[in-house]
Amino acid sequence: MDEIHDATSEVACDVLVIGGGTAGPMAALKAKLRNPAARVVLLEKANVKRSGAIAMGMDGLNNAVIPGYATPEQYTKEITIANDGICDQAPVYRYAEHCYAIIQELDRFGIRFQRDGNGEYDVKKVHHLGTYVLPMPNGETVKKALYRQLRKAQVLISNRFMATRLLNAPDGRIAGAIAVNTRSAEFLVIRAKAVILCLGAAGRLGLPQSGYLWGTYENATNSGDGYSLAYHAGAGLANLECYQINPLIKDYNGPACAYVAGPFGAYTANSEGKRFIECDYWSGQMMQEFYNELQSGKGPVFLKLDHLHAETVSEIETILHKVERPSRGRFHANRGTNYRERMIEMHISEVGFCSGHSASGVFVDECARTTVPGLYAAGDMANVPHSYMLGAFTNGAIAGEHAADRAAEIDWPEIAPEDVARERDRVLAPTRRKDGIPPNQIEYKTRRFVNDYLQPPKVTAKMEIGQRRFAEIREDLETRMVARDSHELMRALEASSILDCADMAAAASLYRTESRWGLYHNRTDHPEKNDADWFCHTILRKAEGRMISEKRPVTPYIVPVAEDERGAYDRQRVRKQA
Amino acid sequence: MPLAHAPSTVPVTVDDSKCIADKGCTVCVDVCPLDVLRISDLTGKAYMKYDECWYCMPCETDCPTGAVSVQIPYLLR
Repeated sequence: MDEIHDATSEVACDVLVIGGGTAGPMAALKAKLRNPAARVVLLEKANVKRSGAIAMGMDGLNNAVIPGYATPEQYTKEITIANDGICDQAPVYRYAEHCYAIIQELDRFGIRFQRDGNGEYDVKKVHHLGTYVLPMPNGETVKKALYRQLRKAQVLISNRFMATRLLNAPDGRIAGAIAVNTRSAEFLVIRAKAVILCLGAAGRLGLPQSGYLWGTYENATNSGDGYSLAYHAGAGLANLECYQINPLIKDYNGPACAYVAGPFGAYTANSEGKRFIECDYWSGQMMQEFYNELQSGKGPVFLKLDHLHAETVSEIETILHKVERPSRGRFHANRGTNYRERMIEMHISEVGFCSGHSASGVFVDECARTTVPGLYAAGDMANVPHSYMLGAFTNGAIAGEHAADRAAEIDWPEIAPEDVARERDRVLAPTRRKDGIPPNQIEYKTRRFVNDYLQPPKVTAKMEIGQRRFAEIREDLETRMVARDSHELMRALEASSILDCADMAAAASLYRTESRWGLYHNRTDHPEKNDADWFCHTILRKAEGRMISEKRPVTPYIVPVAEDERGAYDRQRVRKQA
Repeated sequence: MPLAHAPSTVPVTVDDSKCIADKGCTVCVDVCPLDVLRISDLTGKAYMKYDECWYCMPCETDCPTGAVSVQIPYLLR
């Protein structure tokens, strides 16, 4: 295993789904069920059985819009406000209308949702305004349940293939993808009538405080490959300056899970054990208050459970130590941390792109279509804001059905053999050098400069220095990087995605000359929100080989937001009682 | 410009007396999202070849004989 083999094969399918984490399996399943005659291929860099953000399951739904508890109108309004108004509501509203059907479908797949004594869904309030959080008592089984459905529907699964570039037809439509086997370096050219990108967040962008490249908030496989693929295919990427930054357990880099512990009475506190934010729901405004407290004399910040009854704490531990991040208990045990006796130190994560928690993603409409015909995106990498796991499932389903319909109507778009040859040369270049710089050093240096120059508070002069450093690294990456086996080649290709994302993060952040979304885009030299000039999306894309940014108007709201409701998320800090 | 190795203590360890990779089992290698485990040509047992671990635990959870253990990487511990 891992030796480099020189081989290329070509296959054709109707719908190609890239990424087998959360959105991808649902997209592939729905495409196949919509048109059982279609060839649907699910391509995955790891193994679909245990890949992506939910490799070990998930503790619950963070954004369930369930009749009787919340309405699509209410949810759409809350997400609009949480995003400082920069939100195309149609995809959010469509998600909100459709997600209940997906919950019922997941229920049929064998995933249980918590119910109260009357058999009703036990939905909890965690958001600032509405009630949308629903625990999943057997959430560790979610991948298995999905995998069973994929096998039953006969979706073609290709594990250990990493997509390196998309193929465009001469008219610009999407025509397929090129992938490389991560254990043999063999090439696969996949012609497709529609491609759905479900490659997750750009989670390996900033460097965690520990300095360990893999100690990221996101599953460390999520190196931003989807953002890079979309960019090079000419798709528009929206609001990348609205970074993902999350509150985490310090050093462990998993979420402290105030969502899980909050409904039991736990909360985020300062070193005096006092509440300082009204609401633990993650937003840029909340993160700004979190950051302010960290930097203040009352820092650092903690998750407080030591006031709760021992049995309640045990109940919380059973959830937190079993699902999603099961190594959390081990982390605490190493340090002798007992939730009953001591508050848990928290910190903020490294920066990344992710629409699952913020709003930085490939631009999509309410049918999950990107700006490139035939190319779709869903999940953490598609810019339906705050979409979380249920958004990945729901928008993946929408993408899968739409793509299947499109594929039924068209013939395979043309591909150019010279595109394939050029990509082979690019990909294999690091394997043809005898010595040089290994991918882990290219990656470390890129990510250290992301921390040094791009992390908020953002400063113009610093970001410009960052861009110069990235250009130097790019020169090294293109002329000196060496990969000695196919595993290192995968890391080399990831380093290339990470560097693309670093360049995109700098360009997008420099373009928007105002501050917005709290900490996510806090620009010290443009400290005010400027609605007159910047109440718009920013779209970054590749045009004639260059990175450009443009404004795109926010589509008129379908759910009106009253003037006095717009600032709700700006009022996060607990005010002193008179 | 030759390459040097930087030593690190690995987060994933395998109990050779329990590991049945020499009988054809590849479960831990198959499920690892970061693809860092391999079967040793020398011993026929699984081991961590690349120190690139997200301490996510499918290797330990899915191992049929309980041979695999995951620790938090030292830099985070």
